[in-house]
Amino acid sequence: MTRPVSALLEEWEPVIGLEVHVQLATKSKAFSPSATTFGEPPNSLTDPLVLGMPGTLPVFNRTALELALRLGVATSSQIRAKSRFARKHYFYPDLPKGYQISQYDEPLCEHGHLDLIVGGVLKRVKLTRIHLEEDAGKNTHVGAVSHVDLNRAGIPLVEVVSEPMITSAEEAAEFMRSLHRLVRWLEISEADMEKGQLRCDANVSVRLRGEDRLGTRTELKNINSFRFVQNAVDHEIARQLRIVDSGGRIERETRLWDADAGQSAPMRSKEEANDYRYFPDPDLPPLVVDAELMGGILRTLPELPGARFERYQKEHGLSPDDARTLVSDRALADYFDAACTAHPGERSGRMIANWMLTELLGALNADGKDIAQSPMPAAMLSALVVLVESGTISGKIGKEIFTESYASGEAPLAIVERRGVQQISDEAALWEVVDRVVKANPKQAEGYASGKDGLFGFFVGAVMKETQGRANPIITSDLLHKRLGR
Amino acid sequence: MSEFWTVAETARRVAAGELTAYRLVENVLTRIRNVDRELGAFLEIDLDGARNAASEIERRRTSGEPLGPLAGVPIALKDNLVTKGVATTAGSKILKGWIPPYDATVVEKLRAAGAILVGKTNLDEFGMGSSTERSSYRKTRNPWDASRVPGGSSGGSAAAVAAGLCAASLGTDTGGSIRQPAAFTGVVGLKPTYGRVSRWGVVAFASSLDQVGPLTRTVADAALVLQAIAGHDPRDATSLNAPVPSYSEGLDRGIAGMTIGLPSEYFNHAIDADVRAAIERTMTALKDKGAKLVEVSLPHAELALPAYYIIAPAEASSNLARYDGIRYGKRAEAQDLLDLYRKTRGAGFGPEVKRRIMLGTYTLRSGYYDAYYKKAQQVRALIKRDFDEAFAKVDVILTPTTPTAAFRFGAKVEPLDMYLADVFTLSCNLAGLPGLSVPCGLTAEGLPVGAQLLGRPLDEATLLRVGAVIEATVGLGERRPGGIT
Repeated sequence: MTRPVSALLEEWEPVIGLEVHVQLATKSKAFSPSATTFGEPPNSLTDPLVLGMPGTLPVFNRTALELALRLGVATSSQIRAKSRFARKHYFYPDLPKGYQISQYDEPLCEHGHLDLIVGGVLKRVKLTRIHLEEDAGKNTHVGAVSHVDLNRAGIPLVEVVSEPMITSAEEAAEFMRSLHRLVRWLEISEADMEKGQLRCDANVSVRLRGEDRLGTRTELKNINSFRFVQNAVDHEIARQLRIVDSGGRIERETRLWDADAGQSAPMRSKEEANDYRYFPDPDLPPLVVDAELMGGILRTLPELPGARFERYQKEHGLSPDDARTLVSDRALADYFDAACTAHPGERSGRMIANWMLTELLGALNADGKDIAQSPMPAAMLSALVVLVESGTISGKIGKEIFTESYASGEAPLAIVERRGVQQISDEAALWEVVDRVVKANPKQAEGYASGKDGLFGFFVGAVMKETQGRANPIITSDLLHKRLGR
Repeated sequence: MSEFWTVAETARRVAAGELTAYRLVENVLTRIRNVDRELGAFLEIDLDGARNAASEIERRRTSGEPLGPLAGVPIALKDNLVTKGVATTAGSKILKGWIPPYDATVVEKLRAAGAILVGKTNLDEFGMGSSTERSSYRKTRNPWDASRVPGGSSGGSAAAVAAGLCAASLGTDTGGSIRQPAAFTGVVGLKPTYGRVSRWGVVAFASSLDQVGPLTRTVADAALVLQAIAGHDPRDATSLNAPVPSYSEGLDRGIAGMTIGLPSEYFNHAIDADVRAAIERTMTALKDKGAKLVEVSLPHAELALPAYYIIAPAEASSNLARYDGIRYGKRAEAQDLLDLYRKTRGAGFGPEVKRRIMLGTYTLRSGYYDAYYKKAQQVRALIKRDFDEAFAKVDVILTPTTPTAAFRFGAKVEPLDMYLADVFTLSCNLAGLPGLSVPCGLTAEGLPVGAQLLGRPLDEATLLRVGAVIEATVGLGERRPGGIT
């Protein structure tokens, strides 16, 4: 290659479309009663249908439909009132029936979108479709022997297909992160990528900038982490750019990403591609979404991250950064909302966010816990913030109280009362202390009066020492200025 | 002798203790031993199951517990109905040795009704055939003439009932597979409305067409067995959630004032003279009993066969994809995965099954779907509409079940000749309607002829009522098959 990728990118534009499979968190499989638990002994979660036995028939799990509808609504998709299951045929040992029940020409959702923020800029990625299907089993190869585990077979999935309008590996990774956050937010999937609950294939092509037609694409399979997506797509863009730059042509093929080697290898060419012979599954009636079902979905849909992001800024005056951090995780946002609701107040939102993002997350990080495991309930953090904001305790004492409350679970107010660390804001009481301190240090008082500003801190320290740090710093400072004459 | 007792009579005598269930089972088993070597109706006899069922009935009877409506009735099951612990092959080598871990819904229902399930009957492989010659296991003969086929694909179930090896049997009907063998062997065969009987545990041939139904020696027996197996099943998403009427009630109400349609397109077809004569005698009898006979038109009738041979093979090619030798059934020795599929399926399937898998695979290819499968579904809708229009004017439709009586082994070598044996029965499945075949006399050679009645969706009761009149007027009466005894 003669020119670096960065130079080629000025001339060429990468175009990426993603297909993301998300396992739906149902208790039983999409079409049969077996459980969907992860990590059970191989083939223990099977039944005659999962095993593809003769005479078995699929009956669709309504919960899977409800979960898929939540995602459809959350992505502003058009929901088909009557969608259909189709059979997708291919032979493989992990596919017991010789076909996968999927949706083809009549998918559940179409024309939705997913919003990403890339480099501080909002990007709306259109979704071609979201359809329901069943997962396949898993093959493992040990030497010359292959093992088939059908525990995963039949778990309901949604496949989310984006339009080819993602233009960098960074955007592709951000798409995955956004989708991951959204499905967790909606509680439709654990989306644990290590358990294969969220999996991604990417279609990558390049075209000359200004060109409307798409270039020949390759499909990258097996890119099952945010980092792999970024690496694999970056690698594929560079590979394609090298080929087109040297006058070559991109072959339509499927490539398998090898994360360990950091490169992809051809898996099958277009000629070897399967003809899936789709046709409507005659065992399953059309999937009907009526007004009652949709009404239930709309009523129970949680406030979405985008809406909360806006609300936190508008209602609580949070910075965009803080708001974004809070909506990065449903549990975090819910904790914040719960803390705000516990003690509603004019500026408490911002203070709560500060305490959450610094003290609480700091402590949780140090313990390796997430917000859901916080030993300090939202109402308790809120109570602590109220103590600080009302001036009952100083911010400094507040941090000590936080540490103690976090560790012991004792209510902040109880600790404050037990330790007697309420802030002294009573002006008469503080005047006595100030007066005593100034009288006891005439030399320093003289020095300050003659212009040595640095001595002011000496007097604040002395008052704090006298009051064991309980003196209200603002009032103290006021009174000292009065007593010292400037 | 108990072998030709009706279902009702058997149940009554067992309940009354006139004949113990033990004794009855031993009679049946003896009869099967004596006859079936030549007849070839059974693929598997469930000795233990039958004897255990008999013990249970006797235990209940002697302890005064209630008995089911079919208590003690020996019933045979077509071997594409899945039976827990009893080999189920669908007539195919590819399923050799498979012992299912579960029962079909119809099997559960028959057990619950007290029936004694004596064994599994022969069929064309996966139900694909009209003579039972396509079974991978054995030849089933027609008890009326051992040189002739019993029809198919439920040939074993039909022959077993005709020859008195059981009181009733279950078959499956995808394009005529209950009615055609019933006609050929002189028994009553009912294909219920699509969705009336659960398909859970029915080895699928063509999912949108398959339906389970009874083969019996009398119309009243068909009503009793249908009663036991009909009804909604949450395990079958295509099963109809409609109330099940009492099929025995009103069977003898007669047909005065009823309008019976005669589709001109069927009667213009080439029909064997003896068959035509038997159907004409049936018409006269029905008129005598007060029915009005009118001509009706089913304009798209001639498209049923081509539409069926697109839809059924397409669905079959998909349904049979699961037979790969990986999880159950026979697996061939192979070098690699592709080789394993090729050898297992190459050796496991017979030629007719392979032909249909290839047909279906072809028509479902990308880019061909619209021209074939979708077009055939559109034709199917037209056929259904033809029936809707006809049933606006008539209560039932009468046709011959088959253009000829039973043919000889090897008579239909060309696939298309065999397909034409079902020309009168296919459209019923395409339209999802109920269809009944009732014996209506014999040909000059002494072979049974079947009259087919087609009805409105879920109107099995009317079919049975008209069938009872045919049975009483032009039926076989006490005439029994003499080919194999």
